[in-house]
Amino acid sequence: MPLDIVRISATSSPAPGVRVQPTLTKLVDTSTCIGCKACEVACQEWNDLPPEPTVQSGTYQTLPATTANFWNLIKFNEYEDEGRGALEWLMRKDQCMHCAEPGCLIACPAPGAIVQYSNGIVDFQQDHCIACGYCITGCPFDVPKFNPGTRRVYKCTLCVDRVSVGLQPACVKACPTSCLQFGTKEDMLEVANTRVGQLQANGFAQAAVYDPQGVGGTSVITVLTHGDRPELYGLPKDPHIPAAVRLWKGPLKWLGNVAMAGGLAAAVVHFVRFGRKNHVEADESSAEGRS
Amino acid sequence: MTSRSIVRYDFRERIVHAVAGLSYVYLLLTGLAFWTPWLFWVAIALGGGYVSRMLHPWAGLVFAAAVSAMYAQWRREMRTTPEDRAWRQAMAHYIKNEDRMVPPAGRFNYGQKTLFWVMALGAVALLLSGLVMWFVASVPEGFLVVRSLATLVHAVAALVTIGGFIVHIYMGVAVVPGGLSAIVHGEVTEEWARRHHALWYQKSGKFKGQSREVSGN
Repeated sequence: MPLDIVRISATSSPAPGVRVQPTLTKLVDTSTCIGCKACEVACQEWNDLPPEPTVQSGTYQTLPATTANFWNLIKFNEYEDEGRGALEWLMRKDQCMHCAEPGCLIACPAPGAIVQYSNGIVDFQQDHCIACGYCITGCPFDVPKFNPGTRRVYKCTLCVDRVSVGLQPACVKACPTSCLQFGTKEDMLEVANTRVGQLQANGFAQAAVYDPQGVGGTSVITVLTHGDRPELYGLPKDPHIPAAVRLWKGPLKWLGNVAMAGGLAAAVVHFVRFGRKNHVEADESSAEGRS
Repeated sequence: MTSRSIVRYDFRERIVHAVAGLSYVYLLLTGLAFWTPWLFWVAIALGGGYVSRMLHPWAGLVFAAAVSAMYAQWRREMRTTPEDRAWRQAMAHYIKNEDRMVPPAGRFNYGQKTLFWVMALGAVALLLSGLVMWFVASVPEGFLVVRSLATLVHAVAALVTIGGFIVHIYMGVAVVPGGLSAIVHGEVTEEWARRHHALWYQKSGKFKGQSREVSGN
């Protein structure tokens, strides 16, 4: 796997990856999701995660949000379209988006704790994690979740262990309506755009593919019937790595390093030029009548 | 030569300063390890990244407590006085070690007072932002921008205090002979007091009767 690593957290050397692979992508078509939650079960089963007690919040949603032990959550949002006089049930798959420019990885200070493979999968290596939570800060989708027991952060792996041996992710395998599909990003975009065309021809003029370019595009793309308003589904409209994180990891880092090195250099120069406060000179000052 | 010694820092002041200084150095080293991968080896040397990250916030609480105690004990003496304004005017001379051109200072000169306030305000910013970073997963939805702002504030505040820290250590250890010994042992010679803090020497050192005979310089 090291040959696949194209980006690695907190490492001063170049990433070791040399393999070129097509970007792989999971397509979520919300218009054909029936809310069966087979994907949630498949995720728990394949990853063999500890059971998470469900929370009844008055809808079919299993939990209020994903957790460290529950990486794939179908979110159920009710939407009243007053123009059409229709009540819609908007289901959406909440999970790691596997950003091309991952804010978690960029924020991470632990060498090798977060890696990005050449197929686009962003993966946490919990054995290198130092439990700082910077990835939680860096993620524009609030995906990484902290497990207080192990003091490590977890999220969807896009079933990297299945994908790397040629299988599709467990959730995709389990989906009974094929609203989940998996393939190269090129292929998935083609399928998604075809579907968007069908939806637009059938009364959903605003249908669109959610593949946010603010994070360089994602390896989980979603067909939204209300593509102009992703926030109806609980998705950020135009997600970016938080500006403060970009500033901190970008210009501030250079400014800070130069300032710290400059401070040390200034001390050396000052010492060589002016040296210690001289007692002889102080004697002169007292001789000149001070005090 | 024989010189009389006077108390500059009592035991309470010295222990508070020592706790603040040692906790700050630990925070600086571990913080720099999280700041850049080039210095992550420092965290390894201090017990590993996980241990460094685990202890960093607790050391932060110790530092915050020490700075609070320092604030309580020194804040009155750290107010800017008219003498300080004169001293500030002549600061370039002080930097160039032309001390005969520098007006006499009180117990703390204007530079020391500035450092005190930089560290006090920096500690407040570091504590508040650090608490958000410590409990980052508990930041409620709708306030998520607080997470990244806290991280940025923490980094900026840390850099500002590092600037103060570099000057402070350099001055105390390298430039002002006797400075380090004063904060460690608490005593200075009358000569030292007269040369570096003449107003303080006139007001207290000479009259409080704390002096005793010691030999050497």
